[in-house]
Amino acid sequence: MNPIVLPRTLSPGIVPLFAIVLTLGAYLFGVEVQKRLRNPLANPVLIGIVLVGITLRVLHLSYQDYFTGAQFIHFLLGPATVALAIPMVRALEHMRRGFWPMLSALVAGSLVGLLSGYGLVRLLGGSQAIALSMAPKSLTTPVALAVSIAIGGIPSLSVAFAILGGILVAVFIDPLLHWLNINEPSARGLAAGTAGSGIGASRVIPQHTLSAAFAGVAIGANSILTAILAPIVIPLLKHW
Amino acid sequence: MAIIKSIFILLLFQLAGEALRALTHVSIPGPVIGMILLAAFYILRRREPSLPLQRTANGLLSWLGLLFLPAGVGIIANLALLRSAWLPISVSLIASTFLTLITTAWIMHRFGPRASIPDSILPSIHQDGV
Repeated sequence: MNPIVLPRTLSPGIVPLFAIVLTLGAYLFGVEVQKRLRNPLANPVLIGIVLVGITLRVLHLSYQDYFTGAQFIHFLLGPATVALAIPMVRALEHMRRGFWPMLSALVAGSLVGLLSGYGLVRLLGGSQAIALSMAPKSLTTPVALAVSIAIGGIPSLSVAFAILGGILVAVFIDPLLHWLNINEPSARGLAAGTAGSGIGASRVIPQHTLSAAFAGVAIGANSILTAILAPIVIPLLKHW
Repeated sequence: MAIIKSIFILLLFQLAGEALRALTHVSIPGPVIGMILLAAFYILRRREPSLPLQRTANGLLSWLGLLFLPAGVGIIANLALLRSAWLPISVSLIASTFLTLITTAWIMHRFGPRASIPDSILPSIHQDGV
């Protein structure tokens, strides 16, 4: 089959525009599928990534070409992250009352994520490079990248793990916590942000003010905690 | 005007975060620092964010999943590496992610305070189930 030579033969502006329309369309389709199926696997982020990935393959477009347009959507991640401060301010009183449980849950979550990420890969016979790349997978992607470099992992692999981990949280947080009878919105938000950073949080943020607030705190706090803990804890494990 | 002001505030704090990161060389991303600064700003002033700002923030946050698509598609660039060790990778990723999720949720649920705000900030979007 001949590749469809749609982009550069037309106008230079069409590839970026196509990338934006494709991204919005794939996500909207994912939301539609989620509404119809009501199955946790029907997650719009997951469906959107698969749809865009397949489309790029079929049209022989490189990821770099796609990103020339998609970067405009990507850019909004910055102000959206800053916007997490707003629900946080609204939930301040609740956070004050639950400060120590919150801090304990955050530190425990950060350590469990680091240690189990590294340890499980080693136990299952994976290389040390893969184990080191797995350790920062619960972090928001730019921090996962920075921590990965700091401890000697493969940065692009850590980013892939961070995104896949986030999708896992977005897909399974509802069934998993329902099964464990954990329905407190603050606990759900904190766990989604700690284990799945932004993508995980995107699932619980619309559910409750407190979920949104605690997800924001968790993304920030886990970034700070793990950036401090990883360079201390990981060298101790490397000998094993 | 109100929307432009809200976007201005969010970008201004992101810029402040990026500037602080560049100055201090910490590995925490600029937007996360900006989030901490904006929260601190309202907490110290003991004021609620204005309604337009709340609306703009909710608008951005309700579509947070969409904003991760461009970065997420980047996984296809790593497919070969992921395939080369798929078993240890998939088992550890799933097990470690679920362990982290359950540990954090359980401690907070068991020892944290009960919810006192019974509402959702995003009632209409909640039904979309984003």
